[in-house]
Amino acid sequence: MAEMHFREALNRAMREEMTRDETVFLLGEEVAEYNGAYKVSQGLLDEFGPQRVLDTPIAELGFVGLGVGAAIGGLRPIIEVMTFNFAMLSLDAIVNTAAKVRYMTAGKLACPIVLRGATGAGGALAAQHSQSLESQYTHIPGLKVVSPATPADAHGLLRSAIRDPDPTVFFEHEALYGTRGDVPDDPDHIIPIGVGDIKRAGKDVTVIAWSRQMRQLIDNVDKLVERTGLDIELLDPRTLRPLDEDLILESVRKTGRAVIVEEAWPHSSVGATIADLIQRGAFDYLDAPVARVNQRDVPMPYAPPLEKLSLPDLDRIEQAIRQVAYL
Amino acid sequence: MADTSTQPEPEDLLALYRQMVRFRRFEEAAARAYGMGRIYGFCHLHIGQEAIAAALGHALQPRDLLISGYRIHTLALARGMDDQPAMDELFGKATGCVQGLGGSMHLFDPDNGFMGGWGLVGQQVPTATGLAFAQKYRNANAVTVCLLGDGAVHQGALHESLNLASIWDLPVVFIVENNHYGMGTAVTRVSSLPPIHELGKPYKIDHGEFDGMDLLASLDAISSAVEQTRTTSRPALLEARCSRFRGHSMSDPGKYRTREQLEEEKARDPIPRLAQHLVDNGAATQEQLDAIDQELKEHFKAVVRNAEQAPWPDNELLDAYTHATPNRH
Repeated sequence: MAEMHFREALNRAMREEMTRDETVFLLGEEVAEYNGAYKVSQGLLDEFGPQRVLDTPIAELGFVGLGVGAAIGGLRPIIEVMTFNFAMLSLDAIVNTAAKVRYMTAGKLACPIVLRGATGAGGALAAQHSQSLESQYTHIPGLKVVSPATPADAHGLLRSAIRDPDPTVFFEHEALYGTRGDVPDDPDHIIPIGVGDIKRAGKDVTVIAWSRQMRQLIDNVDKLVERTGLDIELLDPRTLRPLDEDLILESVRKTGRAVIVEEAWPHSSVGATIADLIQRGAFDYLDAPVARVNQRDVPMPYAPPLEKLSLPDLDRIEQAIRQVAYL
Repeated sequence: MADTSTQPEPEDLLALYRQMVRFRRFEEAAARAYGMGRIYGFCHLHIGQEAIAAALGHALQPRDLLISGYRIHTLALARGMDDQPAMDELFGKATGCVQGLGGSMHLFDPDNGFMGGWGLVGQQVPTATGLAFAQKYRNANAVTVCLLGDGAVHQGALHESLNLASIWDLPVVFIVENNHYGMGTAVTRVSSLPPIHELGKPYKIDHGEFDGMDLLASLDAISSAVEQTRTTSRPALLEARCSRFRGHSMSDPGKYRTREQLEEEKARDPIPRLAQHLVDNGAATQEQLDAIDQELKEHFKAVVRNAEQAPWPDNELLDAYTHATPNRH
């Protein structure tokens, strides 16, 4: 095991895959000479050269679309969008081209692209830079969507995403880049897409979360157990499409109680889909309605006290846990 | 642009004449089948613009790629697709080139370098720059040709792609088929651009225009640009001045132009123009040309009959190609 930052784990995954497969290349705003807006691509230009690590103009549709075309043309592009707020300009390339090409060609063509970048509320960045837009992508058949919480998961899942034959959208929470954790030294360390993980086993209530919200739960679960007296199970789906439905249902059937914590708006969200899955697949096992904790249903305010009010916090999570346990 | 093309041989011209008539008869057969309710959804015909398709078929090498929007039947045929899988696809049949999943707008034949077949105006343009990027990355000595209509030239996608193609020296030739109407809107009503091909200028891209209603002019311009791009790995932008003789799609009655206007455009029909050239130069007799036409008319009756009789796709096809591995959701 080696302890490293989340950003270093991502960097290591790209470095390993670029070494392993010369069709893998990295392209995006500030990824080369600046070493990445969040320093995720630190050192890659020096190691792999300007043919494989390319700075782009600020033109998301143009360079994401180019990446999609390069993937259709047989390469394995990693396209970094500085944040997913900006990736909306490239949705045509992802939704209309990347996600459709295998289907529309009856399998004659594929698009093994990774679109990765920062998501979520970074800290007082206000309404346009603090969004969790995962459900824009999880809605689309043809895409895979990944959102890890720990450095080890980030490392193992990014390697899978790069090797995956289908387009994969990879969400990295901005507030996680500087967090630390152990990553296995094993040169073959890889985590399959579509497989969730129990971050803490418990028997009383299943709390489902991913990305920064799961990080917050891992860091504070002892406190929550102490305060509620409940044995909490933490379930991280890690991949948001395809969801590890079996793991979620197995856990909820065991505990009979589910809380979904999500840093995104509640309407038409991934959490809503998970709640639907649970009512369809574990209704008879539920001792209480599924509870959800979301970002408040408003654009993100700037003032730090208001931002804090908008995001899921431990108090709201504890309240939801108490609610499903009738405490 | 530098002239690096060679003059086509007379037998090539006769073969290209046959191709153009084949394209015309294919489209006419499709129009009839659409009228009979055998082709569904949107169906955009290339009638009038066959010279461009024929020239592309001749100018490109097997390793080159061609990508376009949704007015593509003739382009797929030009690159080597047989008539039957193309027509079957229009009919939505299992024997279509993509098994009935695509339809008229989404013909694909990557083995012959035809990359579709895309339904959103300008969508294929960034994809084309990426295909060219991959060709260059692999040192393939190959070129991507991207067709788009005059309706696509105001999309940001084109401007972003011209810039990227230029800064990275990508081997892509953009050809704007300027048939003067984006659906029913005259391009002059919605454009502040200079002549479209001059869009190359600010991006330092070689540019030019040609008469897309003339096979020889089309061949010359396209071959020169493709070979120059192959040699220099610099992008190029061509504007083909052309006319479509039918509506934007089968559901367009074309009320935005007068009958007289349309007749004027039809006077530039590329097929009789090439026929005249062949007869004048002794490359063919009128009887020979008439025989080609007759043979193709009969041929397409059979193609349509076969398409009618071809089987529908199996229900299992519905979710066979969403992901590489079976879909779970």
